[in-house]
Amino acid sequence: MGLLWLIVAIPLSSAIMLAVLGSRFSRSVVTAWGVGSIGSSAVITMLVAADFVSAPPADNAYTEVLWTWIHIAGFQPHIGFYLDALSLVMILVVTFVGFWIHLYSAEFMRHDDGYSRFFAYMNLFVASMLTLVLADNLLLLYLGWEGVGLCSYLLIGFWYRDAANGLAARKAFIVTRVGDTAMLLGLFLLFTSLGTVQIQELMHRASERWAVGSTLAVTAALLLLGGAVGKSAQLPLQVWLPDAMAGPTPTSALIHAATMVTAGVYLVARTHGLFALAPTAQFVVAVTGAATLIVAGCSALTQYDIKRVLAYSTVSQIGYMFLALGVGAWSAAIFHFVTHAFFKALLFLGAGVIIEALHEEHSIFRMGGLRKELPVAFWTFLIAGCSLAGLPFITAGFYSKDLIIWGAWSAAQGHPGFWVVGIVGALLTALYTFRLIFRVFFGPIQTPVSKRPGYAITVPLVILAFFVIVGGYVKEPLLAFVQSTLPTMLEEGAAGMTETLSGGIAALAFLSGLYFAYLFHLQKRSLAEAAVANPAGRVLHAWWCADWGFDWLYDRLFVQPFLWVAQINKNDFIDAFYTGIARLTEALYRALQLAQTGLVRWYAAGIAVGSVLFLAIVVFS
Amino acid sequence: MFSLGLIGLLVRRDLIFVLMSLEVMLNAAGLAFVVAGSRWQQADGQIVFLFILAMAAAEVSVGLALVLQVYHRFKTLDADALSEMKG
Amino acid sequence: MEVAFYIAAAIAIIATVLMLRGLNVVHALLYLIVSLLAVAVVFYVIGAPFMAALEVIIYAGAIMVLFVFVIMMLNLGAQAVSLEKSWLTPGIWIGPTVLAGLLLCEVAYVVVRGGDAHMGARMVEPKQVGIVLFGPYVIGVELASMLLLAGLVGAYHIGCRTTHRAESGNARDTHQRWAAPRRDLVLPGTDRPARTP
Repeated sequence: MGLLWLIVAIPLSSAIMLAVLGSRFSRSVVTAWGVGSIGSSAVITMLVAADFVSAPPADNAYTEVLWTWIHIAGFQPHIGFYLDALSLVMILVVTFVGFWIHLYSAEFMRHDDGYSRFFAYMNLFVASMLTLVLADNLLLLYLGWEGVGLCSYLLIGFWYRDAANGLAARKAFIVTRVGDTAMLLGLFLLFTSLGTVQIQELMHRASERWAVGSTLAVTAALLLLGGAVGKSAQLPLQVWLPDAMAGPTPTSALIHAATMVTAGVYLVARTHGLFALAPTAQFVVAVTGAATLIVAGCSALTQYDIKRVLAYSTVSQIGYMFLALGVGAWSAAIFHFVTHAFFKALLFLGAGVIIEALHEEHSIFRMGGLRKELPVAFWTFLIAGCSLAGLPFITAGFYSKDLIIWGAWSAAQGHPGFWVVGIVGALLTALYTFRLIFRVFFGPIQTPVSKRPGYAITVPLVILAFFVIVGGYVKEPLLAFVQSTLPTMLEEGAAGMTETLSGGIAALAFLSGLYFAYLFHLQKRSLAEAAVANPAGRVLHAWWCADWGFDWLYDRLFVQPFLWVAQINKNDFIDAFYTGIARLTEALYRALQLAQTGLVRWYAAGIAVGSVLFLAIVVFS
Repeated sequence: MFSLGLIGLLVRRDLIFVLMSLEVMLNAAGLAFVVAGSRWQQADGQIVFLFILAMAAAEVSVGLALVLQVYHRFKTLDADALSEMKG
Repeated sequence: MEVAFYIAAAIAIIATVLMLRGLNVVHALLYLIVSLLAVAVVFYVIGAPFMAALEVIIYAGAIMVLFVFVIMMLNLGAQAVSLEKSWLTPGIWIGPTVLAGLLLCEVAYVVVRGGDAHMGARMVEPKQVGIVLFGPYVIGVELASMLLLAGLVGAYHIGCRTTHRAESGNARDTHQRWAAPRRDLVLPGTDRPARTP
């Protein structure tokens, strides 16, 4: 258990070393360090997990304090790690999935010039994410939060020579910054009213001092939710994630599918005590999740870039997690996070293989018939897609999604409306997933395959696919484990619905989605074209494709006014003050210059005047 | 005498006159010293006058050499023409 | 004795004024010498005969003679006089007069305030001067000698350069003019010959 700090330290030191010396190392050394650091971190995590499970520490939580960070009277946060079931699950997922993604990127990025830079950033990201998850106080969590934000920015704009990538990276950073500010305000509020940043202590004091539904609790919870919404790309801050697909595919897989975007989910789960005190805020969480999953699902249906479909799918699935958190199904949300991490990473990695094989082709309407050409990619993608859509019984995604949908109905804070939303979402998910699969892998070949993947790519795909299938069977033990720290869902009277019935209806949704996707995108593709050509269909298509107009709205609301103000202030009135000083000096100089005539007599006169004045002072005072 | 020398220095433009006015001023200062020495019945005033004399001699020699140089360069002895250090 | 003092003083001042207003350099120089001689008389009256002698020998004798040499070397001529005349406008006297007048007033004030002094009591012996000179003031003597040496070397160096440069410049010029003909004077297409240097 004392090895806990190594889990963070190894990737961090590797990142620093690669950043400083990476360009001098050979490819194989960089690979060994970059991939090996995460690998050893994963191994240590598993050891720690084994230790934790076999001999759980007191209170089901283990705290390790490394040193005191700041030392001011009344405020002494330290660098400390808090290991309980929740954080253990998260670090297991992060390091394990992270390791396979790093292995994949060793081959994927092998031709890139910035190879060492890439691994430095990725390692730094993993270190920051681990810090975030293991942090025992909100300040350290915020440090990790900012770290992942930074790495996200660096990695989205990795191919910096293309200006569009830089713009996408900036957009991501700025939008998440809005969320970060809200979170920081929440942090300030919590500290000033409760006097500590230690998370567990915070929950304890909050439950003592604040009544359920008090304004302070609701405000703090909503502010923290703001941060979570920003980082996890939920409504209304979801605009950055689709554009973030400008980064390399392993980045999208690691950061924007499996780990960073779930930081928001983690934050809400971690501060569940606070949310329990603010039912309004929790309701807002559920509403946000529900709205997001519909909006993103619709948008995913109309996208033609394979990565953007997956991006919107991520937004939608995290909406499910938020929905689960909002209705009080905490462990369900975590379970869905685990399964989502695996299948979404797998989907992205598969997409990377396809894109590279078709020589940088991103549009699904120019792909087809890859079933025979890239068999490994096809089968793993299929398995992951089925898990995403929720193929009954054999995929992990089915179990986790069903749990959430059931919770939406049956939880004390649940509502039938949420259940309906969940079912519709499942339908949409199946629809867009199979649209993607049918378009890419079935049908005639439109773009020939130019490159086939090697072992470093196919092995991670297969391993992840294996876990996607097997994951469903660990549902019970996992839930039981996580419930040692997170409260169980309060079940209300199920009023006419049982879990099996709910599951049955969800499966029905899945099948209908599958059927319609088959119909529109494989059997009779003309139907899809007709749907788009139809005037109503065209409007809907355009609207959903443009992310329900959020980009347009933000542009009108924020970007244009800002640019207008900047344009007005082009002759910087603050700067004018400084140039004014310079000009004043220059004017004085010119005035004084008049005294420098260069004439001897003038200077002699100056001396005379001076001596007269001086004598006058001496004599008459 | 000193004031008169000062006036001469400020008014005249010809370098020779400037130097002559300078001599007048030096002489006046020396006179003052000697008178003071005589007033207090000490030899120091005269000593200082001696030094002033020596200094004036040195200064005149160098000054006149410079005047010669100026004349050869600028072909004029106008002090106002020597304003290259303007601005 | 007092009368002699006042007369000599008056002569000194008048001579100086005349010198200031003089147009001809040599005339001004002569006025200056008169002024210096008058000051020498003053010295004698107040009991510093050694200084009076020195004043005549060194100041009026050596320094003024140096002036005369230089003026003669410069060879200014008649246009210098007219130039001086043009420079000495009446208006030009006002400023410096005011300035010097103020200075004079201040000094007079200081002197008058310091209590009255009586004139030329006893003489200060040259012997006494000599003893003090080689006693406490011997360093000053050494320094003065070094100053004189510096002045000598400086004057020689500055004065000497002129001739060298003038000579070398002249030589170069003549050589050039003699060696290569001036091409810019050949006009193409005309039968005017190039001007021979």
